[in-house]
Amino acid sequence: MPILTAREIYKSFDGAGVLKGVSIEVEKGEVLTIIGPSGSGKSTLLRCIAQLETVDRGAISVCGDRLVQNGKDRTAAYSDRATCSRISRHIGLVFQNFNLFPHFSVLRNITEAPVHVLGKKKEEAEAAARELLKKMELSDKADAYPYQLSGGQQQRVSIARALAMDPDILLFDEPTSALDPELTGEILKVIRELAAERMTMVIVTHEMAFARDVADRVVFMADGAVVEEGTPEQVFDNAQSRRTKSFLSRFSES
Amino acid sequence: MNYSILLSQMLEASLMSLRLFFSTLLFSVPLGLLVAAGRRSRVKLVSWPVRIYILLMRGTPLMLQLLFIFYGLKPLTGIQLDRVFAAQVAFILNYAAYFAEIFRGGIDAVPRGQYEAAKVLGFTRRQTFFRIVLPQVCKMILPPMSNEFINLVKDTSLAQVIGVTELLRVTSDWVSSAVSMVPFAVAAVFYLAMNAVVTRCFAVAEKRLDYYR
Repeated sequence: MPILTAREIYKSFDGAGVLKGVSIEVEKGEVLTIIGPSGSGKSTLLRCIAQLETVDRGAISVCGDRLVQNGKDRTAAYSDRATCSRISRHIGLVFQNFNLFPHFSVLRNITEAPVHVLGKKKEEAEAAARELLKKMELSDKADAYPYQLSGGQQQRVSIARALAMDPDILLFDEPTSALDPELTGEILKVIRELAAERMTMVIVTHEMAFARDVADRVVFMADGAVVEEGTPEQVFDNAQSRRTKSFLSRFSES
Repeated sequence: MNYSILLSQMLEASLMSLRLFFSTLLFSVPLGLLVAAGRRSRVKLVSWPVRIYILLMRGTPLMLQLLFIFYGLKPLTGIQLDRVFAAQVAFILNYAAYFAEIFRGGIDAVPRGQYEAAKVLGFTRRQTFFRIVLPQVCKMILPPMSNEFINLVKDTSLAQVIGVTELLRVTSDWVSSAVSMVPFAVAAVFYLAMNAVVTRCFAVAEKRLDYYR
């Protein structure tokens, strides 16, 4: 059974359709990358799954819990608050702009939620945070403040912050788009390591080579719909749709 | 002119000014937070009365508000407030409106991404406000708050219009009875000294919050 399913998701902002019946499924331990032109609804889809946006219509289930489904009037009916917050515990999200808390040290950025949301003991949370920082090769930055770090370091802290909540699924919303090309590599390396540990991930990215080699499955979205879906080979080498081919050709040229 | 009597009377009057200053802050800062929350409310039945309150407080002279609360309340409601208490009420209501607008600006200046990160991590709305938003607001609003604090030190002198014997009232009495400008100079030094302390406190606070950007 998939750990995450989103079925026939519709979402519009001020009457403009952004998602027009998108469906995706993610199996446990799978890495799904979502590619596609800007404005195709990739980020909005992630934000709907992370409950930062509400869907207009459609169904989302996470780890067997139903977040939202179509009600009698065919519009979205969300589950009760307890279910919604239980589901959000399963999901971590890494933002394009990191969104670290500027007034907290690196260590406290990572421990604040485990301590005050999960009720972990402070010492326990700090030990876990130091372990994560070690993994992110940032052990020496525990006491630094976000503004003292490079963009790549900030993004690694935000990945550690998400991992500290022990999510079942980690969503990445263009995690390298705010970074210099030089710093992009260090983030991609971290995500590759997580993939090797069979972390379930859904990654929206514009890094095509990365999207291809880290993914078990690739989804190509355009104009609010899934146009193509399959293994990296199927999508990148054997695209069926002209829309996919024309999108990918712009990358192979450069 | 007996300088020791002058100084002792002016010091005593300064205590009244300080009393007005501190009592106003004690109540208008928390009230300002509540007003800011009301102003930001999506419920129109809450936000509109709050808007009107802010307009009234900022749109009419503080001196008029003092006069109204001391002299105007009686004919309308039958309530006659004591002079000092009336002054405190006027200052608190007036400054809460200004503080509310400063708080509102500060709260709105916290990037949306901070709320989103907090939400995804599972913080409740209350935790998000007190742990994530408010500390950042405090840092941002220090400069405008220091302006208001300094204004308040000087505005306490307005309480004389309803007969409160604060610093400037005592000073003017001395000037007219002794026919000397010296008390004015002394008063200026007193106000400057109080505001030097206020300024220093804000400088310390800014330095303490300088550890992040």
